[in-house]
Amino acid sequence: MRLACPCCGERSLDEFTFLGDASVTRPDPSADDAAGAFHAYAYLRRNAAGPSDELWFHNTGCHAWLVVTRDTRTHEILGVRLAQDVALARTGNRKDVRETSA
Amino acid sequence: MAGQSYSIFSVLREALRGHSGWGPAWREAEPKPRYDAIIVGGGGHGLATAYYLARHYGIRDVAVLEKGWIGSGNVGRNTTIVRSNYLLPGNIPFYETSMKLWEGLEQDLNYNAMVSQRGILNLYHSDAQRDAYARRGNAMRLHGVDAELLDSAQVRRMYPWLDYDNARFPIKGGLLQRRAGTVRHDAVAWGYARAADRLGVDIVQNCEVTGFRIEGGRCTGVETTRGAIGAGKVGLACAGNSSRVAAMAGLTLPIESHVLQAFVSEAVKPVIDGVMTFGAGHFYISQSDKGGLVFGGDIDGYNSYAQRGNLPVVEDVLEGGMALMPRIGRVRLLRSWGGIMDMSMDGSPIIDRTPVDGLYLNAGWCYGGFKATPASGLCFAHLLARDEPHADARAYRLDRFASGHMIDEKGVGNQPNLH
Ligand SMILES: Cc1cc2nc3c(=O)[nH]c(=O)nc-3n(C[C@H](O)[C@H](O)[C@H](O)COP(=O)(O)OP(=O)(O)OC[C@H]3O[C@@H](n4cnc5c(N)ncnc54)[C@H](O)[C@@H]3O)c2cc1C
Ligand SMILES: [Zn+2]
Repeated sequence: MRLACPCCGERSLDEFTFLGDASVTRPDPSADDAAGAFHAYAYLRRNAAGPSDELWFHNTGCHAWLVVTRDTRTHEILGVRLAQDVALARTGNRKDVRETSA
Repeated sequence: MAGQSYSIFSVLREALRGHSGWGPAWREAEPKPRYDAIIVGGGGHGLATAYYLARHYGIRDVAVLEKGWIGSGNVGRNTTIVRSNYLLPGNIPFYETSMKLWEGLEQDLNYNAMVSQRGILNLYHSDAQRDAYARRGNAMRLHGVDAELLDSAQVRRMYPWLDYDNARFPIKGGLLQRRAGTVRHDAVAWGYARAADRLGVDIVQNCEVTGFRIEGGRCTGVETTRGAIGAGKVGLACAGNSSRVAAMAGLTLPIESHVLQAFVSEAVKPVIDGVMTFGAGHFYISQSDKGGLVFGGDIDGYNSYAQRGNLPVVEDVLEGGMALMPRIGRVRLLRSWGGIMDMSMDGSPIIDRTPVDGLYLNAGWCYGGFKATPASGLCFAHLLARDEPHADARAYRLDRFASGHMIDEKGVGNQPNLH
């Protein structure tokens, strides 16, 4: 498995560290159901068998956080985006989302 | 009761007649339309659960449904280490119960599982690590578990060939549990399968559960690749695939699936007679009776259902091995493989009811569930039969993440790839 960092190009897996599911988002702490929402945010995972969005960090490279779309059944990399771009796109403050695929 | 008992006499008799008289160890069962209890997953835990249900709790109308063949999952992929050297109160009694069940397992099952109490030695390399092991050893002894803290001279008497005076990671001693050891993993699956079968349990292979029948909030059966099967109670023991299977019942679990690799070398003469772990990198090793060095290290660290890992961890594990015992440098690697495990959010397992009535969960065993097999089977059977937790598994609740009662041996929080 190799990851194509949008900044550094295709690099060996041992340059990266894995954080986890990129689809979980921090809930609103002042919402009525905040306790339940934080439990789900901190502990419950879809853990999909198939394509998943994951947060990876380019530890010994450019230090960018990445959203990697990867098939957990085959380890096939379906796309790598900068986490910053993904977050901006999510909040509507859209910059051009740079995308590479491996 | 089907099948013959194994004994010295049956072995001698069969030796004299060219082993022509052995029958199959268990029946090839066809699924019935309904069972009192269905166990999903024919790994060690599922088979042990069925056995103890029949043996201790009198529930014999039981089926174990396995999507592949029994032993094809982690029970046949692990590095066979059994031990009870845990630290936290929720864990020690459970794993010690398991250790005691291992000690009597072969008599109980009438099956040679090659239980070998060859001892496990966890090496330490710094004062801080010694203090941590002293604390662990004390916690074990307070619970009546054997533990000995060795200094480097004592370790040297056991293994004179280690790299003691390594400039960076000198070996200062180790925590020894003499009652720990190894058990032949396939024999555990086969032994439980045979013993459960003899008590009337149906072991149904090539039968994948594809859905649950849930009526009015109650699970009344399962859909499978071999048709629908009704059940009074359904227990999940699908190590590695727990999230996928539970999702079919609408549940989201505090679990990620990760791959762990293991390795075996070509057979060499006896070099290491116990189990040993390196404290300065992640590496552990023992030697099989065939002579192969069996070893492993860290999980790969990313979610996976692929049952295979990647090369960086292979390199990392082998480097750990070379740092600890440079003498293995010219031994050739024979095989490596991977298994998919449920990594839970606190590194500890779950044996509990679920929000769906009649559906029970046994999951989250991480990379340490082989040693748990007997106690997990016993406690899960207790829960299924009595609808209340076994005294030794009370802490393994599904709601502990919401209530804050985590059992985090490593103290790394909700980061499954670090446990
Ligand atoms: C490389 C490696 C080394 C390890 N080393 C050790 C060790 O030294 N000591 C230790 O204590 N632990 C170790 N472990 C962990 C241990 O092997 C597991 O925690 C334990 O085996 C899990 O329980 P099990 O035996 O029931 O799992 P499995 O044998 O995996 O059983 C689960 C079964 O469920 C079946 N299943 C899944 N989905 C379905 C479905 N939908 N329908 C029907 N069946 C289904 C699977 O096919 C599988 O057979 C190791 C694990 C690995 C991968
Ligand atoms: Zn980069």
